[in-house]
Amino acid sequence: MRVVTAAFAIAAGVIVLLGYFFPNQLGSLRVVLLDWAVIIAGMAVLVGVFNLAAVHMEKFRARQKGGAYGILLVASLLITFFGLGVWLGPDSPSMRFAVNAIIVPVEASLMAILVVTLIYASIRLLRRRADVMSVVFLIVTVIFLILMMPTPFGPILGEQGTQLGIDFLGMFSGGGARGLLIGIALGTLLTGLRVLFGADRPYGGN
Amino acid sequence: MLALGLLVLTALLLLGLTFWRRRAPALLRRIEAYERLNRSVGLAVENGTRLHISLGRGNLISARGGSALAGLAMLRRLAERTSVSDRPPVVSSGNASLAILSQDTLQAGYHAAGAEEQYRFSTGRLTGLTPFSYASGALSTIHDENVSANIVLGELGPESGLLVEAADRENTSLIAASDDLSAQAVFFASSQEPLIGEELFAAGAYVGAGASHEASLHVQDILRWLIILSIIFGSLLKLVGAPI
Repeated sequence: MRVVTAAFAIAAGVIVLLGYFFPNQLGSLRVVLLDWAVIIAGMAVLVGVFNLAAVHMEKFRARQKGGAYGILLVASLLITFFGLGVWLGPDSPSMRFAVNAIIVPVEASLMAILVVTLIYASIRLLRRRADVMSVVFLIVTVIFLILMMPTPFGPILGEQGTQLGIDFLGMFSGGGARGLLIGIALGTLLTGLRVLFGADRPYGGN
Repeated sequence: MLALGLLVLTALLLLGLTFWRRRAPALLRRIEAYERLNRSVGLAVENGTRLHISLGRGNLISARGGSALAGLAMLRRLAERTSVSDRPPVVSSGNASLAILSQDTLQAGYHAAGAEEQYRFSTGRLTGLTPFSYASGALSTIHDENVSANIVLGELGPESGLLVEAADRENTSLIAASDDLSAQAVFFASSQEPLIGEELFAAGAYVGAGASHEASLHVQDILRWLIILSIIFGSLLKLVGAPI
């Protein structure tokens, strides 16, 4: 059975890949396969949400630490999904209220915590790892922040000075970022090929 | 046609080098983070603590799925290696398809190690579908589940800062890599040994996932040199005014 699964997965991957190079011959088949993938991914969200609820119920049942929060999560999920989503509809004012009054503020608060966390991590960087790259990282970060900082009097180095500074630093950071992205693209290419050759089988094959 | 040619060349190099590497295993350069990962796996098994593996929220049907697949390949090997542990590793992800594949990978890893009874559905989790809900769901795992090492590997954004901070607060080991530039900046600023750029894709080779992973590293090196030479050659042509 696992061989059949692998054969199907590899064949689907090869057809989609070749569909990019031979759109006239395989383009329509590629679109069909990608549509199926999107539908399966949509169903996977439902399975994933069920998994999330089951994990939290299990935590509560086993009286693990934080299990009570799990019950709160499951109750909120049921109210939002069935009460607001299915019964009233996703465009209802109650659903919009739930999003605007609960989800958006909570995520904004986490973003604010993240800002403090990152500033704290940057301050401690030199204590954790005192090398040349850390010093360069911190100096460039501080210069960028100063250049981008809004003041009541406009940009701190004037319009032209700020643009010059950003262009100068951007020359190095842009080059570095492209280098990293090329490396990541090569890694992605090789990872994809390994899956196509069946060397890696993330779909459960041995 | 250039893209197809590059793809065929890459495929041939990968196949050839994989067969070669099966006969002569590669000597890999030392990457401190992966050394620590291997030590952490051994320690977790010995002292009965958990590994927490976070695979990010990479969408498998987008171009960013590569990092998620690399994470799954590493997970498969780690599942095999920790199959004798009392506490199986917990895997968190922020994408539903990835969560299902992580469960499948854990099961396949235990099956390969002959320890299928170790598998629990609750060890492969979807913790949230938005960046911050994913991070906050993973935080409770780091804080509450007797975790001794966190391996964060995949597509993450700045929200990874919350995971790093939680690991730091619990005084647990952290090995972190992402294909996202903002997450890489966060990891560089806040983790002990950050993995930068394509080092993310070396995870499989460093945990002993097989010859194809070692061959991948060699092919990446060869392609990188080809790209460097192409850039230099193109710059020279541009310098002398050749029409390119």
